[in-house]
Amino acid sequence: MDVTLRVWRQDGPNRPGAFEEYFAPGISSHASFLEMLDIVNDRLTLDNREPIAFEHDCREGICGACGMMINGQAHGPQQGTATCQLHMRKFRDGAVIIIEPWRAAGFPVLKDLVVDRSAFDRIVEAGGYITVDTGSAPDANLVPIAQEAAEASMDAAVCIGCGACVAACPNSAAQLFTAAKLAHLNLLPQGQAERYIRAEAMVDTMESFFGSCTNHAECEEACPKNISIDFIALLNRDYIKAKWRNGRLAAQR
Amino acid sequence: MQLDAKIPEGALSEKWDSHRFSTPLVAPSNRRKFEVIVIGTGLAGAAAAATMGELGYRVRTFTYHDSNRRAHSIAAQGGINASKNYRNDGDSDYRLFYDTIKGGDYRSREANVYRLAQVSGEIIDQATAQGVPFGREYGGLLANRSFGGAQVSRTFYARGQTGQQLLLGAYQALARQIKAGTVNAYTRCEMLDIVVADGRAVGVVVRDMLTGEISSHSAHAVVLATGGYSNAYFLSTNAKACNGTAIWRAHRKGGLFANPCFTQIHPTCIPAADEFQSKLTLMSESLRNDGRIWVPAEVDEARPAADVPEDQRDYFLERRYPAFGNLVPRDVASRAAKKEVDSGKGAGPMKNGVYLDFAEAIGRLGRDTVEARYGNLFEMYQRITDEDPYQVPMRIYPAPHYTMGGLWVDYNLMTTVPGLYSIGEANFSDHGANRLGASALMQALADGYFILPNTIAAYLSESLGVDPMSTAEPAFKQVETDVIKRMDRLLDANGSRTVDWFHRELGKIVWEHCGMARSAEGLTKAISEIPALKEEFFADVKIMGEGDSLNQTLEKAGRVADYFELAELMCRDALHREESCGGHFRVEHVTDDGEAKRNDDEFTFVSAWSFEGDGAEPSLTKEILEFENVELTTRSYK
Repeated sequence: MDVTLRVWRQDGPNRPGAFEEYFAPGISSHASFLEMLDIVNDRLTLDNREPIAFEHDCREGICGACGMMINGQAHGPQQGTATCQLHMRKFRDGAVIIIEPWRAAGFPVLKDLVVDRSAFDRIVEAGGYITVDTGSAPDANLVPIAQEAAEASMDAAVCIGCGACVAACPNSAAQLFTAAKLAHLNLLPQGQAERYIRAEAMVDTMESFFGSCTNHAECEEACPKNISIDFIALLNRDYIKAKWRNGRLAAQR
Repeated sequence: MQLDAKIPEGALSEKWDSHRFSTPLVAPSNRRKFEVIVIGTGLAGAAAAATMGELGYRVRTFTYHDSNRRAHSIAAQGGINASKNYRNDGDSDYRLFYDTIKGGDYRSREANVYRLAQVSGEIIDQATAQGVPFGREYGGLLANRSFGGAQVSRTFYARGQTGQQLLLGAYQALARQIKAGTVNAYTRCEMLDIVVADGRAVGVVVRDMLTGEISSHSAHAVVLATGGYSNAYFLSTNAKACNGTAIWRAHRKGGLFANPCFTQIHPTCIPAADEFQSKLTLMSESLRNDGRIWVPAEVDEARPAADVPEDQRDYFLERRYPAFGNLVPRDVASRAAKKEVDSGKGAGPMKNGVYLDFAEAIGRLGRDTVEARYGNLFEMYQRITDEDPYQVPMRIYPAPHYTMGGLWVDYNLMTTVPGLYSIGEANFSDHGANRLGASALMQALADGYFILPNTIAAYLSESLGVDPMSTAEPAFKQVETDVIKRMDRLLDANGSRTVDWFHRELGKIVWEHCGMARSAEGLTKAISEIPALKEEFFADVKIMGEGDSLNQTLEKAGRVADYFELAELMCRDALHREESCGGHFRVEHVTDDGEAKRNDDEFTFVSAWSFEGDGAEPSLTKEILEFENVELTTRSYK
């Protein structure tokens, strides 16, 4: 198949950027979207032009490195699918495909389609962990956890940290990412001791980088792991509680 | 050269305890005086850095990713082994030790493997306390599944994303230390060389991948946790950025490289669809529990799978291995599939796969049960191939997956360069010639959480009161100059072929001659072809852009450059090892019925290779493996 790409090209941070158009003939419909970009990049190189910078690694939808806006949609048209798992058969022959980096002030562009997502790491550093030094853990079966609780925690824990939720949000809010990490830990018995400190610290850090949530639910739609916005309700609840509860009475739940 | 593995004296089960007691410690108040560099933040690296941070050491981590959370450990699907014996099915440290030694075809070190089994339970405790959401029974206690190569059920799992969840646990522990200030984390920063002075590892030279700035970092000790080298084959299940540069640079600086030819080919991957294929996708081994593997009985069968009648199908694993059937270990299953495809019976448009058929399972269990067990895998398969595995059989073929070989380390996980440690897949230590499923996560976390943070104290304690070498010293400046020269050489070539073209060509050679079946003739050919290709690469590679900004092609080129040399060593090692064992299959060494034939009399040793200079042949040192506790037997799955 033949496709035409309009790709955002930008030399570096805080540099002007622009769309450039590339005609990509003879692409197999079995190629993945990133393999199509590989082919285009090899052709650009041989044509003495700089290849398009984009992030990717595992190419099986789990590392969270890849991600771009494809025709205005984060990770493209296929639901529950990261860019690396999208295949060209999802496009028609002759299609024009517009490719942009994640668009969010919290994710500054570094080059072409590569953005800086380190704000996500800052949110986790603020409290997205359970304090347990290596070696101090009790036997793993000491605390039974209802299967439903463990499963709900896992539903949130599957987040790959790709940033599609932020990119898809009209406000560039990071509620879904933050809520997924909070819910992963706050739904487990192990996470209770630091539950409210965690909620407060993570949400406050999030707000220093990202916009506010106004319930558009675009994040859920864009999430390659289909994480539910229900977790955002949990985040809001824990955050409000964190603001008024008395930490010294933590055992009185 | 003499190799001292520093295996402690005493009974197998007491070695680790007595070793910890007898090695010097660093007092809590002194730990902040020591600086440790950790390269790589996958399971092993993140676990080690977090733990050393908790202990009070000053740690710096480096990763080429944008975040510490992305290392390829994240892609591990199936699970993690531990000898908890929660199932009361006869498991024990000794049994896990025995299974691992046997599964590795008796080419690993008893003391290391036993210690691995001993700490395996603590890993599960630690991960659970961190909030890793392992699968649970209705009663709320942890669930287990069984995995290849074991008769007990000892594998803990978090859906099909165990690696992801364990890595996030380690990443979060690391994040806590970063916030606490004990760990300084450098992301988008790639280690390009190691600095050795006065015979010790004193630091590293790194490149900031955004600005291209080359800088030096010094420390009391350096830990390499940089994973394996399966991408030498180009097409593998590894992530695209996985590379052997750190361990190869360490090798060139004096680190012996052990068993490079021991690579694992995983039997259940989706076959390549075309020339442009950039990597191969693994499908969990668990599919073999219910899927039946077959090829058409006739060469060049043209009919679609559904039209091939039952009596014209060859269920070759069930036929050849009636006792284990479709559940034979990875190396055996892979070789059997290759044999069928090589004989022209391959399935699919490129005749490069074998069928994995669920029709019988769907008939027996119903579609709903099959969907409940494998739904996510079927969906993944359909996404990639556009074929519905409920309707037509899957096509699978083996792909390079894991490398058992790596830097030689002693019992303390120190390489032959004092002060330089290697942990996780980057070292060679625990899996012998073949790794069992669900053991990679176990080893990476054992090394990172429990072993290295203990053993490193002995080395550090020697330099109490001594500052790390200044990076202004000539030793560092020289390495910086070398690194810049290497990069400039790549940038200046301005040839006519892309980096990927060369990488693919290299991969073809290595796959053909040092893949699933190896022969003296093929390996000799590869050993002459690889250096020629390398020469062509330096003369004719084309890299656009500059070195002083984000340049992904340049990054890739540096890694491929090192793969040429590593691949050559793989072939040399494979040529030298005149036996078939584990993942290493030499066509000259087979039993009368075509099975792998080990040669314990002559090859019960670890091959440890020294770098002797560019263009010079590497030299071999043998670490003889002493088996005091297990008896060497022939693996049979018939």
